[in-house]
Amino acid sequence: MTKEIHLAKQKRRNQKIAFGLFQFTSYAVVGLLFVILAFIVIKGIGVISWEFISEMPKEGMTKGGIFPAIVGTLCLVFGSMIFAFPVGVLAAIYMNEYVKDGWMKKIIKQMTNNLAGVPSIVFGLFGMALFVNKLEFGDSLLAGSLTLGLLVLPVVIRTTEESLKSVDDTFRQASLGLGASKWQTTSKVVFPIAFPNIITGLILSIGRVSGETAPILFTVAAYFLPKLPTSIFDQAMALPYHLYVISTSGTNIEASREMAYGTALILIIIVLISNLLANALRKYFGKKVKMN
Amino acid sequence: MQKIESKGINFYYGETQALHNVSLSMKENSVTALIGPSGCGKSTYLRLLNRMNDLIDNTKMTGSILIDGQDIYEKNTNVDDLRKNVGMVFQKPNPFPKSIFENVAYGLKVNGITDKKTIEERVITSIEQVALWGEVKDKLKKSAFELSGGQQQRLCIARALAIQPSILLMDEPTSALDPISTSKIEELIYELKKQYTIVIVTHNMQQAGRVSDTTAFFYMGELIEYDKTKTIFTKPSQKQTEDYITGRFG
Repeated sequence: MTKEIHLAKQKRRNQKIAFGLFQFTSYAVVGLLFVILAFIVIKGIGVISWEFISEMPKEGMTKGGIFPAIVGTLCLVFGSMIFAFPVGVLAAIYMNEYVKDGWMKKIIKQMTNNLAGVPSIVFGLFGMALFVNKLEFGDSLLAGSLTLGLLVLPVVIRTTEESLKSVDDTFRQASLGLGASKWQTTSKVVFPIAFPNIITGLILSIGRVSGETAPILFTVAAYFLPKLPTSIFDQAMALPYHLYVISTSGTNIEASREMAYGTALILIIIVLISNLLANALRKYFGKKVKMN
Repeated sequence: MQKIESKGINFYYGETQALHNVSLSMKENSVTALIGPSGCGKSTYLRLLNRMNDLIDNTKMTGSILIDGQDIYEKNTNVDDLRKNVGMVFQKPNPFPKSIFENVAYGLKVNGITDKKTIEERVITSIEQVALWGEVKDKLKKSAFELSGGQQQRLCIARALAIQPSILLMDEPTSALDPISTSKIEELIYELKKQYTIVIVTHNMQQAGRVSDTTAFFYMGELIEYDKTKTIFTKPSQKQTEDYITGRFG
C-alpha cells in the first residue's frame, strides 16, 4: 500500500519537473526575445525622429537620416518577392500536384533543401558573377533583387509545398470525381484552400530578405549614396548593409553608434509591420475561402 | 445487359496484390453492397469503377471493367467523362470550403456549363433530390461548413447528382454520421435507386441488409461470395461469409 502511494508521489514529482523544464525553456525564449527587443529599442529610440527616417545621411553618416536605406530595402523586398513568389509557388505546385513519386521528385526535393542550406555569401558571389557581370546588370537593384529572390526561393517553395500537402486529399478526389481536370482541381479547389498558409511563406521570406546583408554586398548595396534610386539599374543603400557600415567602417564609429541602433530599430519595425500585414492578409483570405 | 461488368480484375499497390481475379456484375438501378473486413479490397474495387486509383502512384491493374458495354480502362477513355458519369460520395463529408450553392454548382461549372439559369435550376433540383432544400433554401450563400455532418453528407450527394451521373459510388457514406443522419441517407439511397445504379461500401451489416439488392463479400482481396442480399444474409453458400456476417470474425 505504502509502495503505491510512494509510486504515485514519484510520478507526480517527475511530471512537475518535466513540465517545469518545458515552462522554463519556453519562457526563456520569449524572455530573450524581449531582452533583445528592449535593448534595441532603448538604445535606438533616442535617434528616431521624422528627420531620421526622412532625410539623407549627413556628415560622414554620423548625422542626418537613413531615408535612402529604408527606400532601398523596401525596393529590394518588393523586387525579390516579385521574382521569388510566382516562381516558387508555381514550382511548388508542380512538384506537389504533378510530379509522380519517384527518383525525380526525390532529387528535386533534395536539391531544394540543399539550396536552402547554401550560405548567403555564396548567393552573393553567384549573384555578382551572373547578374552583375555576366548579364551586365551592374551593381543594381535588379541584380540585388534577383540574388535575394534566389536566396528565398527554397523558403517559398518549401512553405508552399507544406501548405499544399496539408490540403486534405479528399478535396482533390471530390473535385476530380466530378469530372474536373487536374488543373481545375488545383486552381479552383486546392490552391484557394492552401493560399492563406502560402502567405506564411511570404511572411518568412520578407523577414529574411529585409535582413540579409551578404547577398547584397556585391550586387547592389552602396556604402554611401545620398540620393534615391530612379531605375532598377541604379545602386541603392540598404538597411542591413548601412548598419554594418556605420558599425564597423564608418568615418566615426563612436559618433554613429546611436544611429546604428536607430537603424536596427527601423529594420525590426519594417519586418514587424510586414509580418502584421501578411498576418492580416492571411486571416482575410482564410475567411474568404470559407465563404465563397 | 449489365450496367457494370468487371472481369478477372487483379490490382496491385506496388508489389502487394490487393485484388485477386475479381469478377462482378451489377444491374442497372440496383444497389450493390460491398462488405468484408478492413483491408479486404472492397474500397479498392469501388475506386476502380471511376478510376480513382489512377491517382495513386505505382499501381497496376489487369482485367477489364465495362460500363454500359464500354471498357473504361481502354486507352482512349476520357477519364473526366467517365467520372462525370460515375459520381462518388466519400467516407467523411467533404464539402469544398465554398458556399452551399457553389458546392453543388462546382461540378457544373468545371464541366463547361456557364448558363446561370441552368446552373441554378440544377443546383435546386439536386438539393431537392437529397431532401435538403427545406433546410438550406434560406442560406445558400452561407458556407457549407455551417451545416451539420449529416447535412454536409447530403450536400455532397447533391454535388455528385448535379452533373447527372448514372452510377453513384458510396464509400462508407455513413460511417462518420449519427444514427438519425444515417437513416436519412439510407432512405435517400432507397429513393435514388429508381434513377441510379448504386454501389456502396459498408462496414455496417444491418445497413447492407437494409439498403442493398445484392451483396458482395470480399476477403483478403478475393470475392468470396456474390448473391442477392437476402440469400447472403439468410443462407450463404460459403462458410467464410456466414462467419463474417454472424460476427465470428472480421
